[in-house]
Amino acid sequence: MTAKGLPLRSKLATSLSRSAAALSRAAGRGDGSVIGGRIGLIIDPELLANLAAGRDIALISGTNGKTTTTRLTTAAMSILGRVATNGLGANMPTGHASALAKAGTTRYAVLEVDEHYLDQVLTATRPRVVGLLNLSRDQLDRAKEVAMMADLWRTTIEAHPEVHIVANADDPMVTWAAATAKSVTWVAAGQRWHDDSWVCPECGARIERDGDRWWCNGCSLSRPTPQWAVASGGVIDPSGTYRDVRLQLPGRVNLANAATALAIATCFGAPIIHALPRLADVTSIAGRYATVVRDERTIRLLLAKNPAGWLEAFDMAEQAPTLLSINARDPDGLDTSWLYDVDFSPLRGRRVLITGDRAMDLAVRLEVNGVPFDHVTSFGQALAAVPPGWFEVIANYTAFQDIRAELDRVN
Amino acid sequence: MSTESRLRIVWIYPDLLSTYGDRGNLLIIERRAALRGFAVECIEVRSDQSLPEHGDIYLLGGGEDGPQALAAQRLRADGGLHRAVVRGAVAFAVCAGYQLLGESFFAKGAQYPGLHLLDLKSDRGPSRAVGELAGEVNPALGLPPLTGFENHGGRTHLGPEAHPLAEITTGIGNNGTDEGAWRGRVLGTYLHGPALARNPALSDLLLLWATGVTPTPINDTWPERLRRERLAAVGFR
Repeated sequence: MTAKGLPLRSKLATSLSRSAAALSRAAGRGDGSVIGGRIGLIIDPELLANLAAGRDIALISGTNGKTTTTRLTTAAMSILGRVATNGLGANMPTGHASALAKAGTTRYAVLEVDEHYLDQVLTATRPRVVGLLNLSRDQLDRAKEVAMMADLWRTTIEAHPEVHIVANADDPMVTWAAATAKSVTWVAAGQRWHDDSWVCPECGARIERDGDRWWCNGCSLSRPTPQWAVASGGVIDPSGTYRDVRLQLPGRVNLANAATALAIATCFGAPIIHALPRLADVTSIAGRYATVVRDERTIRLLLAKNPAGWLEAFDMAEQAPTLLSINARDPDGLDTSWLYDVDFSPLRGRRVLITGDRAMDLAVRLEVNGVPFDHVTSFGQALAAVPPGWFEVIANYTAFQDIRAELDRVN
Repeated sequence: MSTESRLRIVWIYPDLLSTYGDRGNLLIIERRAALRGFAVECIEVRSDQSLPEHGDIYLLGGGEDGPQALAAQRLRADGGLHRAVVRGAVAFAVCAGYQLLGESFFAKGAQYPGLHLLDLKSDRGPSRAVGELAGEVNPALGLPPLTGFENHGGRTHLGPEAHPLAEITTGIGNNGTDEGAWRGRVLGTYLHGPALARNPALSDLLLLWATGVTPTPINDTWPERLRRERLAAVGFR
């Protein structure tokens, strides 16, 4: 629905939502991506549905890579026309309402959705396509367990047979959730972290793996044949054609995110050949993957929020001095036990510094893991402790924001 | 300890019972035993394998309701853990693993029989217990204060044959008053963190039970700093 066609209540809600967002930004209280939507939804509970009506929408959800894949998909779809998106990671309904209100009339929207809200947002926005990336343990003191999350998704997808699903064929939990869909595009998006998918969500038997293939020992659940795959430096599209992908983002996982983004964009009719170059427009995302030069050190920021994310970060990090920073504030989850789910041994042989509210938890973990380290109490101390050159920083959510603040809120 | 000179640590069903960094308990015991000169063998036993009975220390982790019920059923059918404990082996269990050592526990809304290795019963509490826990360990064990992170929906009621592991000052534990239980060489706790990373002295107690040798002091600078920080964070005097 265009802005002109909105019901009166929605118009008022949209206008106030925009004003509140602008005020929030002006007051330096945030980027305004939540407060505006919150006010809008109070005035008009149907605001999200009304703002979504008439747009061609893709939703993207999963434990890791949502924000990046949303950016890549938005870039790929930008060749079709204007695309509304919640590009700053505000991935709950208030953030969606804010993003759509702010964007005004657009033909398309690409929205990142918190995994817990997929059902609610899918019902409200009636998307054409939903992209499902992966499911793994994340903030276990609060989030739903992986099997429950997969079950929730499966029920949601089954209830919306009109929605086309783009799903990761390498993740058994995602595959099982997506298997109830009427139509699916399978992407071999990879799964470095296996420890939440050894038990079949369908029958409880063991999942076996051999190279890329996986199958359940007890029932028919197995890896579907993917239409999209990642190859060295590029992707293979459904016609079997290799496509060179030039990204500004590091790691195999981002090539996989690019494959998913292309798979989604082509569902809306975006020609691959035109969409591909747009992927290189995505450089850093709210500081993630950003590089900052300071005191002759090139600092690169990697965000890792959970065990699977840490494994991906180790894959991306160069052999260079590395700072690890861990907090356990509300947005991070209060339990640091997950440190023992991560094998830090890939860091052996490089200079490792640790900091953050929960550096002591990390110290004990690294000692057990046989990774030598030094403890520093500030980012400045860390910077002074390493020689000029490349400097990797890997941090969990609020620790990442703290360091980003030190670097003038780099984007 | 078994007649051979090797310390055997058996991790029971990591495919069913392993959440919240439970592997950390295995890694901590392994390291602390190795630093004392013991040759250590870690044996991970999947739920479709039979349990070796020659282990010195058996570890059980936490898990969701379904896997917990399945693990209890398989362990009852296997019988190996029971025979090992009767022989004098050490068992250390966390959360769901702790509950299933008792007489009965609740999972998926139904009551399941446990292994009867500890005199306790578990049921559901009015709310989920999530957060830091601290307390004074039962003086009979001669350990410094207990610290850890709990995350469970259960409440556990000890019978006369089980001793509480600690009297709590912060957290919920078994019932809001005490936490964990032990008898003989079988010890259970709700604590993650993991429990042995936050309580190295408890790890050494299990080693003493298993080997009969008092573990020599090692450099615990980092674990001690972690403990001081966590205990201070909950205002433990």
